Amino acid sequence: MRKRSLIPIIYILFLMLPIYWLVAMSFKTTGEILSGFSLFPQTWTFDNYRVIFTDPTWYWGYINSIAYVSLNTVISVSVALPAAFAFSRYKFLGDKQLFFWLLTNRMAPAAVFALPFFQLYSAVGLFDTYLAVALAHALFNVPLAVWILEGFMSGVPKELDETAYVDGYSFPRFFIKIFLPTIAPGVGVTAFFCFMFSWVELLLAKTLTAVAAKPIAATMTKTASSAGYELGLLAAAGTLTIIPGAIVIYFVRNYIAKGFALGRV
Amino acid sequence: MSIELRNIVKRVGSITHIKDTSLILEAGHFNVLLGATGAGKTSLIKLMAGLDKPASGQIFMGGEDVTGLSTQKRNISLVHQFFVNYSHMSVFENIASPLRVAGMAKPEIKTRVEETAELLQLQDFLKRRPSELSGGQQQRTALARAIAKESKAVFLDEPLANLDYKLREELRDQLPELFADRGAVVVYATSEPEEALLLGGYTALMDDGHITQFGPTAQIYHNPHDLVSASVFSNPPINVAQIEKKGDLAQMNEHVSWKLTGAAAGLRDGNYTFAIRPNHVAPFKTSDKSVAITGSVQITELSGSQSSAHFLAGNESWVSLASGVHNFQIGQDHQFFMDPDNCFYFSPDGKIAA
Repeated sequence: MRKRSLIPIIYILFLMLPIYWLVAMSFKTTGEILSGFSLFPQTWTFDNYRVIFTDPTWYWGYINSIAYVSLNTVISVSVALPAAFAFSRYKFLGDKQLFFWLLTNRMAPAAVFALPFFQLYSAVGLFDTYLAVALAHALFNVPLAVWILEGFMSGVPKELDETAYVDGYSFPRFFIKIFLPTIAPGVGVTAFFCFMFSWVELLLAKTLTAVAAKPIAATMTKTASSAGYELGLLAAAGTLTIIPGAIVIYFVRNYIAKGFALGRV
Repeated sequence: MSIELRNIVKRVGSITHIKDTSLILEAGHFNVLLGATGAGKTSLIKLMAGLDKPASGQIFMGGEDVTGLSTQKRNISLVHQFFVNYSHMSVFENIASPLRVAGMAKPEIKTRVEETAELLQLQDFLKRRPSELSGGQQQRTALARAIAKESKAVFLDEPLANLDYKLREELRDQLPELFADRGAVVVYATSEPEEALLLGGYTALMDDGHITQFGPTAQIYHNPHDLVSASVFSNPPINVAQIEKKGDLAQMNEHVSWKLTGAAAGLRDGNYTFAIRPNHVAPFKTSDKSVAITGSVQITELSGSQSSAHFLAGNESWVSLASGVHNFQIGQDHQFFMDPDNCFYFSPDGKIAA
């Protein structure tokens, strides 16, 4: 092995260590975790996973999370597509200011919006629904989606639009048949980032839900404070939480590199 | 078919891109728009294609007013300078796309696409994506899409500018053939005077947003209306100097003067602007009437069988372009010769005098 590959290997090991520890913990009993240091599970157990897949309070947490995250991704991308198209193709009064203003929405911490959202959604009857969390997350994800998509769309020459119009495509037909397939990688990357941000966001999701739409991360924190420490169970839940993100990133891995090259991701 | 522009004006903000332009372009031959970058060729094409709306004026196609008609409804084709294809479609689908949009039957589309592909030597690449093709093949795909569609007008906006010169020559020879007998008005924009001469047909010279002259290509090459037209249609730039006419003598400076003949001899005495194309200035005598100009050579270029030299005669910068290989010493005085029969005389307002 070459010497120069040593440093990246050490770095990757360093990055993998917490994930390994989490996965190893999920196969241990809580007693073993608390008893001391062990590199591998001494007694393998799948009990932790069995609990999660059989207890509705656990698996509904996953279903809830996936539901509002998917809903948010769909809302964010479909709202951002026309907005990004406008920013990339047209000049209008205050376009640059508006574009910047969109981004400033990402600059305030989520906690700032927790109270107004809670009050507003309670008042209009949205509290504890998927839509509540999905809409709240759109506040962060729509500007991000517009920003990423605008970068990809500006990379497509305006001549493509003109060629399609000359060929006889109407605007809607051009947008769906020609433009969207051309920027498909951008849509993939955008969807990935919306998914990620919504998936990892806890504060708003927790504040705006009670029972019916409670996310998995909220379930996890509650368990930690109730009947003692169920560390093995928590580790198993944590491991399962990583998986959706890993699946999504697998599908867009090539496009993300493209996004980085455009300087927008 | 014909396209008629009537007093077209195009403004973007406070800048006028096209100044009051009227023009009639006919089918059956190439219509070349010749002008430098920024002269307004692309702006004019976009107006004719309906991608832009004129600030005022009217556009007619085949006698019908299409000024307010959308691009989609004008039934035209357009090929851009750089290769624009639908990257997610195969070459076949690319060529077929305007036909599909127009609602043509599938078997008909197949035969039409295959015919066109064969015409442009793309038959082996029909299943590939545009990104898997060379630049020349990509541009041929764009051309095929324009040809497959039986449109009333075809706009080619410097379609060969981004190709290497061999491909450019090959395609340029092919182009007039491809569009012959189609009944479509073919408009070809270029910034190269040679290209206009090679394509023949009619040429409209463009400068600073308006058409300075329009007519059969060879005719306007030999008979420019004014100094601007002569400059647009010359590469390298046309040589320009001031002369004073007295009797039958043209005096450029104390060293250079010549006897005027023909129409130039009949001009009123006074100051004129004189212009001669670089290919009529040579470092050797071309006839008995050749007039000698001495100038110090600044830059020389050798391009295959031609040598060009930029030299300073008095305060004027001159260019000579002559066949054969000639050696010049940079900074040294050399003698150049021009034939006064090949030059143009313009009155002070820029209009042709003789």
